[in-house]
Amino acid sequence: MKYKLIASISKSLLFARLKQTLVAAIGVTFSITMFITLLSFMSGLNDLLDGLILNRTAHVRLYNEIKASDLQPVDLSEKYKDHHNFVSSVKPRDGKEEIHNSSAIIHALQADERVTGVAPKIMAQVFYNVGNIDLTGVINGIDVDEETRLFFFKNYVVGGNYIDLKNTPNSIILGKGAADKMLSGIGDIIQVTTSKGDRVQLKVVGFFQSGIQEIDKVQSYASISTAQKILGRPNSYITDIQVKLKNVLDAPAVAKEFQKKFNVEAVDIQTANSQFETGSSIRTLISYAVGVTLLIVAGFGIYNILNMMIYEKMDSIAILKATGFSGRDVNNIFITIALSIGIFGGALGLLFGFGLCNVIEHIPFNTPSLPTVKTYPIQYNPKYYMIGAIFSVITTYLAGYFPSRKASKIDPVIIIRGK
Amino acid sequence: MSNKILIAKDICKSFHDPITVQVLNNISFSIDKGEFISVIGKSGCGKSTLLYILSTMDTDYQGDLYIDGVIMRNKKEKELASVRNEKIGFVFQFHYLLNEFSVIKNVMLPGLKLNKYSEKEVEHRAYEKLKVLGIENEALKMPNQLSGGQKQRVAIARALINDPLIIMGDEPTGNLDKKNSEIVFNIFKELAEQFHQTLLIVTHDNEFAARTNRIIEMQDGQIIKM
Repeated sequence: MKYKLIASISKSLLFARLKQTLVAAIGVTFSITMFITLLSFMSGLNDLLDGLILNRTAHVRLYNEIKASDLQPVDLSEKYKDHHNFVSSVKPRDGKEEIHNSSAIIHALQADERVTGVAPKIMAQVFYNVGNIDLTGVINGIDVDEETRLFFFKNYVVGGNYIDLKNTPNSIILGKGAADKMLSGIGDIIQVTTSKGDRVQLKVVGFFQSGIQEIDKVQSYASISTAQKILGRPNSYITDIQVKLKNVLDAPAVAKEFQKKFNVEAVDIQTANSQFETGSSIRTLISYAVGVTLLIVAGFGIYNILNMMIYEKMDSIAILKATGFSGRDVNNIFITIALSIGIFGGALGLLFGFGLCNVIEHIPFNTPSLPTVKTYPIQYNPKYYMIGAIFSVITTYLAGYFPSRKASKIDPVIIIRGK
Repeated sequence: MSNKILIAKDICKSFHDPITVQVLNNISFSIDKGEFISVIGKSGCGKSTLLYILSTMDTDYQGDLYIDGVIMRNKKEKELASVRNEKIGFVFQFHYLLNEFSVIKNVMLPGLKLNKYSEKEVEHRAYEKLKVLGIENEALKMPNQLSGGQKQRVAIARALINDPLIIMGDEPTGNLDKKNSEIVFNIFKELAEQFHQTLLIVTHDNEFAARTNRIIEMQDGQIIKM
């Protein structure tokens, strides 16, 4: 009942200065709209840029480093056990690139609860033969289905059909840059030379564009069995196992665990791509800073308008106090005014922000380096709407706090006597 | 004691800026229930200052003030506000109606604040008060649509809404012409005689004062006749 009275007085004062009130509310609306849009856009962009590398990167990658064995034969000999041995020019043994017992490891990984999926991979160094020029290149032998499911392989195939890679024997999807240099189109046969000197002929079934030119000039994709054939290896031959986790933050710990358990090298995504995380967090920080600045400016607007209102309504405040309204009541009246401006303006701001995001999401955005992106990226995250709502209430409360306190301290005697 | 609505004991007040000037000097008097009192004196004799102290709005004074037998010293701002709300009705020289509210709402506001009756009842009571003052037809108008005399009558209705112990007036006819002054005076008179309303009116209009029950005359911060 008592609050109803205060609310009704606030309402009357608000509507008495409708224009000013609207200006104040529009200030809040504008800043919340921009806050939401900015953050959604920025995080959409972050996702896009991160996705450029991170989506295609395994959370944990298992591989075998080529290095000499720590234990040389002489170390195992009983006879020279107590001697100091010097062996110079030690070389790693052949075949170390292969992950031993790979199918057992894959099975174990697939059974692991933390793992979303596992994709095996073979890296093969080759030369693309163009007339009498050899271009260096890398052919990745991949499991087409898993690679698409886990690392969005399909999205980066710009010509041809990605599934042909699986269905056509001896087929290859060439990097766009490499294909341009080789002047080859879909359906052409190209020839590659392996590092061992074997020549293999492959049919081009598509083009691959990652958006990073240096990669596109070098990398091509083939199915696992094709890659094994190129290298002349048995079908258990795997050089990399890519693991995608349910929670990417677990990667460092999990990588360490796998390294011990499977006796292979394991690198986690955070270690491999630490620079991306830094970039994202700084971009996010900047957008928050701009958003909060906008809100503070809107807060000053509200502060000004309330201050003006209080000067104008000095008489009314004095008479309210003379007829029995306490300072606290007067305070509550002006806080209510400020909060209603904030809540009304903020709610509109959230709506407009959502609308503006929708509009931006439909603006065409074509860039040759990002083949899968057709419009500006936007991320819809309820978190930003929550933050926007909370911030709009907090800033308007603070903006209302000082003028309200001033109003509550007005001495009715001075006003009434002044007339 | 029970009949004494308001007792002032040795009330003194000084202004300290820029030099100390004593405005009120040992003011002591009491008001009985149903009295119609006027306070007169020359401009600057401290009569308005006294009124604001008696009304609890000014708390910077020495001496003791009892309203309805309760001492006002050391009361919190909020408690004083509720004393004003419940026990004192004000009529000022200027009407101080809130332009954002209709006449009836203006009258109702102190009643709603008191929160003793439901909103419906407060509205009903406000109509009654307006009827007593003969302006019930203006109830739904906005204050700026009324004449000066009508506005002052609305202000009186607002002072009456909580059935206060005492109505205090600071030159309530000061801004009105002869005819409207007469109307306002007659209203006060009627309130005093018919409803036994206690009234304390500060005025410089000697003619007005002469027709009240009791006159307190002030000079240089002291009561010289009462």
